[in-house]
Amino acid sequence: MHNPFAAISGSIPPLAMQIYVAAMFLLVVAGTLIDLAHKGSARYFFKHRRRANRGATRRVGAGETAALAAQTLVVSVLAAGEFCSFWRRATHLLTMYGFVLYVITTAVLVFVYPTAAAPGPAILPALWYAGAALVCAGGLWYWLLQRVDVVAEGNPRFRLVRADLFSLSLLASAACGLIWAPLQAAGDGLWAKVFFGLYLFSNTILFGSVPWSKFAHMFYKPAAALQRRIEEANGFRANLPAPADRPATFGSARRRPRNY
Amino acid sequence: MPTFVYMTNCDGCGYCVDICPSDIMHIDTQYRRAYNAEPNMCWECYSCVKACPQQAIDCRGYADFAPLGHSVRVLREEEKATVSWRIKFRDGREKNFVSPIRTTPWGSIKGPAEYAPPRAGALASQELAHEPEGLNIEALPTLAGSRFKKGLV
Repeated sequence: MHNPFAAISGSIPPLAMQIYVAAMFLLVVAGTLIDLAHKGSARYFFKHRRRANRGATRRVGAGETAALAAQTLVVSVLAAGEFCSFWRRATHLLTMYGFVLYVITTAVLVFVYPTAAAPGPAILPALWYAGAALVCAGGLWYWLLQRVDVVAEGNPRFRLVRADLFSLSLLASAACGLIWAPLQAAGDGLWAKVFFGLYLFSNTILFGSVPWSKFAHMFYKPAAALQRRIEEANGFRANLPAPADRPATFGSARRRPRNY
Repeated sequence: MPTFVYMTNCDGCGYCVDICPSDIMHIDTQYRRAYNAEPNMCWECYSCVKACPQQAIDCRGYADFAPLGHSVRVLREEEKATVSWRIKFRDGREKNFVSPIRTTPWGSIKGPAEYAPPRAGALASQELAHEPEGLNIEALPTLAGSRFKKGLV
């Protein structure tokens, strides 16, 4: 597999690519901060945390907090444990691991191996392709078959709403990258330029639309999941009742109803 | 007490949309999370509250008897077949209830498709489908015409 960024380094200087990637990173940071300030998420989060601490019935020590953080990392983050539906969880895992691979390998290829003279180990472009393919597989599966407004609301499959901004721009970025990279490897032709332009455009939308899209959920969700575990441990439980003092008896072989 | 959704807890699974008999639980087009679109039309069956796997749906008491500061939360544990309620009053009092979801095992009640199809002649019957055996009785009670008030029939 070819390093697509090394292949294009003849027409676009590596420094320009690095500046672009750095700009996208800064856009994500700025977008997340704007989103936090605009929605008041952080203010709400810390207010709720103070309320939870006041309502706690027992103190959670540092060791227990670390154990809960590890549990959150493994169950809620790495295994996407918050999803109750197996298929939604599967699509999320595919897209998440694809995105992580795609972003990390892009950064390494652009910053460490940006020239044709030193295109780097073959495994890196292979991982870049694999990441983009996983994003496409998980993203399309989710977007076509798992979206709740299609599955539960019965809305048309191709009806676009603002909530699609993140998933569609990510999908477009990975798909355009997957089309552009082999075209670029074959030669710097017109179609390579067209798809490179689309690749840049979709990336700019993806990383530049953080205040309006769901991009920042990847930063909020782990914090919220950890807080929920701490609340369960310290007895606050957000006013939820304690688990019933009764053994699990009946199992859960029931299929959930789909009423249409 | 109509229901509302903590959108930060909701994971957008759509179970509440599926189960709401009043069809007022919907998915927000901006955040793709559930919300109660018509609290005034909620008939307070709490199907959505119990069905929510994230415990993201809560009950908002009417202001006249449950003013700010109260909390009504439910935990449905399907594997234990229990529904637990925790009611917190504004003055700090608290009441906890645990009820069985049902008294028979999951899957023990036959669905409509598992019954034999009704005969065409059943259309002329006063009995509904699967009556009386579906009610676990031998026959529905009847009222003889001779016992009606005079002049009624």
